[in-house]
Amino acid sequence: MTAKQKKMLLRILLAAVFMLIFVLIPFDRLLPKKIAPYVRFGVFLIPYLIVGYDILLKAVKGIINKQVFDECFLMAVATIGAILLGEYVEGVAVMLFYQIGELFQSVAVGKSRRSISDLMDIRPDYANIEEDGQLVKVDPDEVEIGTVIVVQPGEKVPIDGVVTEGVSSLDTSALTGESLPRSVHPGSSVISGCINQSGLLHIETTCEFDESTASKILDLVENSGMKKSRSENFITKFARVYTPAVCYGALALALLPPLVRLLMGTTPAWSDWIFRALTFLVISCPCALVISIPLSFFAGIGGASRQGILVKGSSYLEMLSKTKTVVFDKTGTMTRGTFEVTDIDPSEDAALTWAAERSPKEIKAQLLEYAALAECHSSHPISRSLQEAYIKEISGSPDEISAASSKKGSAGGAEKLSSSPAEKDAAEGAEKVSPNPLDQNRVSAVEEISGHGVEATVDNLSVLVGNAKLLRLKQIDPPAESTSKASTVVYVAIDGKYAGTITISDVIKPTAPEAIAALSKMGITDTVMLTGDNRAVAEEVASLLHVSQVKSELLPQDKVLEVEKRLQQKKASDTLVFVGDGINDAPVLARADIGIAMGALGSDAAIEAADVVLMDDNPVKIASAIRLSRKCMRIVYENIYFAIGIKLLCLLLGALGIANMWLAIFADVGVMVLAVLNAIRALKA
Amino acid sequence: MKKTYKIDVDCANCASKMEKAAQETAGVKDAVVNFMTLKMKVEFEEGADPAVVMQDVLKNCKKVESDCEIFL
Repeated sequence: MTAKQKKMLLRILLAAVFMLIFVLIPFDRLLPKKIAPYVRFGVFLIPYLIVGYDILLKAVKGIINKQVFDECFLMAVATIGAILLGEYVEGVAVMLFYQIGELFQSVAVGKSRRSISDLMDIRPDYANIEEDGQLVKVDPDEVEIGTVIVVQPGEKVPIDGVVTEGVSSLDTSALTGESLPRSVHPGSSVISGCINQSGLLHIETTCEFDESTASKILDLVENSGMKKSRSENFITKFARVYTPAVCYGALALALLPPLVRLLMGTTPAWSDWIFRALTFLVISCPCALVISIPLSFFAGIGGASRQGILVKGSSYLEMLSKTKTVVFDKTGTMTRGTFEVTDIDPSEDAALTWAAERSPKEIKAQLLEYAALAECHSSHPISRSLQEAYIKEISGSPDEISAASSKKGSAGGAEKLSSSPAEKDAAEGAEKVSPNPLDQNRVSAVEEISGHGVEATVDNLSVLVGNAKLLRLKQIDPPAESTSKASTVVYVAIDGKYAGTITISDVIKPTAPEAIAALSKMGITDTVMLTGDNRAVAEEVASLLHVSQVKSELLPQDKVLEVEKRLQQKKASDTLVFVGDGINDAPVLARADIGIAMGALGSDAAIEAADVVLMDDNPVKIASAIRLSRKCMRIVYENIYFAIGIKLLCLLLGALGIANMWLAIFADVGVMVLAVLNAIRALKA
Repeated sequence: MKKTYKIDVDCANCASKMEKAAQETAGVKDAVVNFMTLKMKVEFEEGADPAVVMQDVLKNCKKVESDCEIFL
């Protein structure tokens, strides 16, 4: 509790004690009849003023500033009215309970505010800099680009950068929601907000604190309020109409029925109707509505960001919940977007020449080795996939390789390979191991033949790696071309003879079929895959994923047209979502109702272009995002219907004279507290 | 130009009143109050001096909600 809240609590307790004492004192019996009512009035003013003086003051200020219809005014009128009618206890109690409610609200909101900010606790507070051999803590804002900062185990990486020294694993769960730690070593780029788990790291910063990932994410989530949803705008407008309307209603209730009764010749019963009008005023405060809707969205956005799903505004969350169609890009979204060796097929007579007396497995490895070595100077995606496959083959640790390959997008791939983590560990274990399995000393006379492939001499053998055209160019007969066009086939010739093929294809992400299944389970069966690849590849992938439609051989601008066509066909209330990796589909991301960019760790372009950003590249998160948005919207509607419903019901009961002040207080404060508690549910995914 | 200010206000309805008051201040293009983060983001009109405009914003906010505070 803050000091303000504690002071309020004290005032409430004090007033409650005074009130109880005065209720128990039988003034009428102790004092003469003439002065007893005045004494009673006087003593009840004590707890009333203790608990309500600030409300009365604010009401007066409100009138001076021509802001009559605020809740302080309502409370002041209602309680003063009650006191004037002789209902001292009721008057004081209403003020007391109003203040208890306000205190409760303040505490509840403070709590939820804290629990949300705890969730997004990725903001680093300091950075360590080494000065004269000693670590000094500095404000991360003051760290300039290129400074070497030190991150100790257990600390957060404050600023994006590149590791210069040290090996460790990083916990990225605060950013991506994934618990799998990521290993880093000199040369790897690291992003702020990750927690260093094991070793001491020296990091050379590559951007300023404000431009770092953690700062950007926080900025994005905290400013998500800039894009207000339709429900939020509705509530704001509703509240602005509602309060004055209820006030005029109260006035009418106080005046009209007694006047009508007077005209009809019955007793006007002024006090009864005025009391009902006062009850009306207490119910009228729109706070429950005004707070619970934005709070629900805020909690929803906070809960989503915890899972690595960044939503740029509540309006997007609202639209996302109405998703009917999901259009997605193939490469980089459903597939890894990197080529991988999926098959090695040595020719049958290979064993006779360069690979005599070896097992089939060794021959395969040998073929890959020659191809990788021949391509070791190239950074072409296909060359890289050969190099990676070879390193994976000899190090036998596929995880590390895939980690390395997912990072290579930003920095040059070839350099990165030379410091593969697996190999780094091996080098540390036993120094005699060659630091680079792709020993370039074994390779000479490398010649790239554009559009064909590479010719090189490896271990004094001439090696050709390329397409069928390359082999024909060198008067070597390639075997009949394979029927499947769903992948790229690399032909290898060794020592002037055809040696075999290596098949390279873009691999579907292991969770991609699951992602589509999750979507259709949620009732989103209209799934469209767009790709620039040829039909064979597209259809093969589409059948594996079970998407409902596929469009292939599209140029980037065709994708925009395709999405536009679908935008025109769909109903206005439905949402079309486009999912891409944000690299070359920014126009489509911007054009769709909702653009989801995935794999955004380290990609500013994607964060800029999209409405929803998935921090990692797991397509299952698409369904999670939609599920979260639906849950959040359900809570929002629950709160809208609940709060408005209870208020209207209480207004009706109040007008009929059934509801008393206590019910009115519940309608005001109780509804709000319940709505706040409900809103907080959106935090938990 | 956009600037973010920390604010203090007690209730959500008051926050939305502040927002309206800030939006209607001369020199302010748009203003958004986030009650949850207790922040006010103000977008200023071209050529307006934020320091001057914010004084008016504060004055107008005080008018609609005497208890509010903007930390300039």
